[in-house]
Amino acid sequence: MIRFTLAERIAHRTLAVLMIVLILTAAALYIPDISALVGNRPLVKNIHSYSGFLLPLPLLFALFSPAFRRDASEAGRFHPHDWAWLRRRNSPSPSLSPTFPATGKVGAEADKSTSVYPSHPVESALAPAFGKFNAGQKLNAAFTVGAVTLMFATGMIMFFSSLVNDNTRTGATFVHDWLTLAIVAVVIGHIYKAYNDSEARSGMRTGTVSYRWAKRHHPQWEQAYSNHELGKSDTNRA
Amino acid sequence: MFGLCKDSTSPSSHLSSDLSSRPPVSLAKCQNLCSYQGVNSHGTPVGRRVILGMVGLGALGVVFGRQLNTAVTDTVNATLPGLGQIIPAAGGFRIYTVTNGYPEMSTADYRLRIDGAVSRPLNLTFADLNDLPQTSMTKDFQCVTGWRVDDVPWSGVLPSDLLEVAGASPGASALSITSFDGAYTESLTREQAVRPDVLVATSMYGKPITREHGGPVRLYVAPMYGYKSLKWLSEITVIDHVIPGYWEQRGYDIDAWIGESNGRSDEPV
Repeated sequence: MIRFTLAERIAHRTLAVLMIVLILTAAALYIPDISALVGNRPLVKNIHSYSGFLLPLPLLFALFSPAFRRDASEAGRFHPHDWAWLRRRNSPSPSLSPTFPATGKVGAEADKSTSVYPSHPVESALAPAFGKFNAGQKLNAAFTVGAVTLMFATGMIMFFSSLVNDNTRTGATFVHDWLTLAIVAVVIGHIYKAYNDSEARSGMRTGTVSYRWAKRHHPQWEQAYSNHELGKSDTNRA
Repeated sequence: MFGLCKDSTSPSSHLSSDLSSRPPVSLAKCQNLCSYQGVNSHGTPVGRRVILGMVGLGALGVVFGRQLNTAVTDTVNATLPGLGQIIPAAGGFRIYTVTNGYPEMSTADYRLRIDGAVSRPLNLTFADLNDLPQTSMTKDFQCVTGWRVDDVPWSGVLPSDLLEVAGASPGASALSITSFDGAYTESLTREQAVRPDVLVATSMYGKPITREHGGPVRLYVAPMYGYKSLKWLSEITVIDHVIPGYWEQRGYDIDAWIGESNGRSDEPV
């Protein structure tokens, strides 16, 4: 199954490389012990500044990709099952069968499709997502867009600090510094999640995942995808 | 891949239009597909809210950052003392150097030369400095880039005492100050240098000055922005006119009074 198109994967990889370069150079500029080890402050500073200028580009270029726009629009929306997914993640003992609030059309449709969920405890503890992305992935995506926007904006203020007043510069530094700590935490979480799921990783590396993986983690997406593929072949036959 | 449902605005409307245009075999399948697509196109725009919320908070943070910074720093230091000295954002020093890494010098190897227009050129060891009259002060450190570290305890020797010991020529009106990092220099007028709040510092926070803070000996010019407080001090030359220092050759003000120079309006120290 195609999970991510080439354009999406290039955008992800470029953003990831920029993020890592920015975090490493930030550490070399910011943490005294690492500064002492690395030295070359003017060079490190330039690498950090210019990588920062490039940071929004992967996301902006990705907007040219219809697949990215579709994924972004799906990842941007929460449904009752997303709240349920978050609650289930937070509860100490995950319920054995997924429960979706039967409110409105979405809930009703969700109920119809619970049959695709694996019924034994181990598998249901994996908390499959309803759609292509689970609530955690959706929040990660939104956080990333917000963080890139803010880090770029405050970074520009700090870079062109002669154009703004002292308070704005201090404020931008304040936001840039504290948001950095949040970003590092989220990036570590993101990498940790990927580290624990080799097929999710290869999905981002190669673009494809197996039906089996999709069925387990994103059953609705798998079903819709399969149906669509089936539909295509029907049409071809007809 | 779900393009066939793209034009629909509600699951019911696209279901019917979709069914009419598709072969009957996929009727059941399409329900699943379209229900999936229906979920896709409705729901709460949490992503947008998260992004706008972050940007809104960020904008507030930029506008009120100065006040927030003080509040956060105070809270962090009250709850987790010591963190501020590790995380610059929590009110600690940000360490700058203009060379690669930080120069290293043991107190045993350390020498401070005082030369130029003096009757007795000095070559002082770290122990010599400790034998001279000691002065202590607890004052803020204000950087020209905006950060400030409150209430830093400093101690060391007053330049006025050193100039007296060296017999600085009364006519010489300026000091040229050099760092053993090999690149950094600073300047002070003699009048500025003999103020009681200017120090050749040998201790900071009651301990020897660490390497990244400019140890073993640095300058501390309390009333001026941090770039005047040269680190890794090695030489003070008494001369008759001010020679602009490292940052002053790069556009920063020579008389770097806090709040009255470099276009800034910080509270004086």
